[in-house]
Amino acid sequence: MPSPRLLLTFLLVLCFTLAVRLQLWYQNWAGNRASSASILNVIIGDSRRMFANHFFTKADAYFHSGFYPTIFDQAGAPKKLHMTETSGEPDEDEHDHAPAADKSGKKPVFTDLPGFMGAPSDWIEKFGRNFLPSEHVHLESGGGQREILPWLRISADLDPQRVETYTVAAYWLRTQMGKVDEAEQFLREGLRANPQSYEILFELGRVWEENRHETARAINLYELALKQWKNSQSGKKEPDDFLLAQITGHLATLEEQGGHLAKAIEYLELLKTVSPTPAAIQEQIVELRAKMK
Amino acid sequence: MNNVWAVSNVVIKELYRRKDFYVLFILTGLLTGLLWSLNFFNDDRIVRYLKELCLLMIWISALVIAVVTAARQIPAEREQRTIFPLLAKPITRGEFIVGKFFGCWLATGMALVVFYLFFWIVTATRESNVPIGSYLQAIWLHWWMLGVVVALTLLGSVIFVAPSSTITIILLAVGGILIVGRHLHHAALQLPEPSQTILSVIYFLIPHLEFFDTRDLVVHDWGTISWVVCGLATLYAVAYTTLFLLAAWMIFRRKALN
Repeated sequence: MPSPRLLLTFLLVLCFTLAVRLQLWYQNWAGNRASSASILNVIIGDSRRMFANHFFTKADAYFHSGFYPTIFDQAGAPKKLHMTETSGEPDEDEHDHAPAADKSGKKPVFTDLPGFMGAPSDWIEKFGRNFLPSEHVHLESGGGQREILPWLRISADLDPQRVETYTVAAYWLRTQMGKVDEAEQFLREGLRANPQSYEILFELGRVWEENRHETARAINLYELALKQWKNSQSGKKEPDDFLLAQITGHLATLEEQGGHLAKAIEYLELLKTVSPTPAAIQEQIVELRAKMK
Repeated sequence: MNNVWAVSNVVIKELYRRKDFYVLFILTGLLTGLLWSLNFFNDDRIVRYLKELCLLMIWISALVIAVVTAARQIPAEREQRTIFPLLAKPITRGEFIVGKFFGCWLATGMALVVFYLFFWIVTATRESNVPIGSYLQAIWLHWWMLGVVVALTLLGSVIFVAPSSTITIILLAVGGILIVGRHLHHAALQLPEPSQTILSVIYFLIPHLEFFDTRDLVVHDWGTISWVVCGLATLYAVAYTTLFLLAAWMIFRRKALN
């Protein structure tokens, strides 16, 4: 039996050697959370994406003033969030796009909500509905939508790679709250986290076109968006045709307004390939060609 | 009635001597203050997230105060042996239970008033139009919900051995009812027999505490609910409170005290 001192020294040396070895490996390990600058990343790791999704959905629940399916009502949950539909994305649910508020100031009631509640199955459920929001409404325009913003901000902090968060928040900021600077700042933050995002570039282009009325800058941003779209979407089985149509549509309009008809026709040709109404686009092309002559 | 009041008076005094309420109130205040100070896109009129999180903390704090206060009452009296001189006086075990209930319920009610005053002040800093009727209904229903919880906890404290187990079991049960209570029947219908029947029976037996949770209505400014509905919910709470107190008394009157 070796002496206890010798054994202790041996164990200490072993620990030190292992520590030196493991430290080097740990520094280079991809799963090392300590390398992250974000405290949230250190604490919750990749699960933050799950929370980000939860908070994004929470923003949509706020958009409906709390009238929203829970995880137990998933059958009735909307496939597409209504706040994103209203912000310019395609409407897959054929959702009723009634105005966010009528002129009397009364909350408009949307009658087409997927009936996630259904008929109450017993008296407890029937009585319990008195204590829950039970009408489908959207937040009023003119500032009411500001209530969704904290959840979108938190969602973006938790998952900076979620592009939709930036575009949706920027849409509401610039169109309903008149906060164009904040919208641009948030989009630029999103662009720093997602430099290849054509969606964010397109939304930035809209800020410069629709709010700042600087056509040249908007065209530059749309062109960059188109370039990024081609880089990321061409060759895909199901490319994002909706956004391609949006980008080319805006570009064609701006080029036409600027008198660059050849360029406008070029973009319309591209738009025709993805548009649901190619005949109408062809008519536009013919008109522009006639103007050129 | 004097006996009941004497017992409940001691419980109320105990609440403001103990630190539980102060700690939870300061914690709620600090967290709400932190949330209040957050700046989202330079807009200082955003209020609903603040209302939701502040109400959530109030609900958690009130629940903890109610359960912890009620769970300690009878075991503490037995442990300190103060129950013997107390029951040696002309006071019945029924009066003792009712006195303890009223003491805990009134004490949590007082704490609730302070919490909701704080909530009202916080929302008034961001909202010009504070719906008083809606807030009054929220506090009234919340208080009755805590009445059911206090009665249930007193029943638990005469069944379970230690206050810690009573607190844990009641908090889990109440949390479970509040989160999944109203969905149990739908969940039951998806299950095969006999699970379906068992879950359905549980659904119809449990006190549906979600009836008293009007947080979504308050947060999203849905206005007041019908006062008749509010009254019916109160009657529902009275029925369950009486049932639990009766059960607690029936067990306690046959229970050996040492």
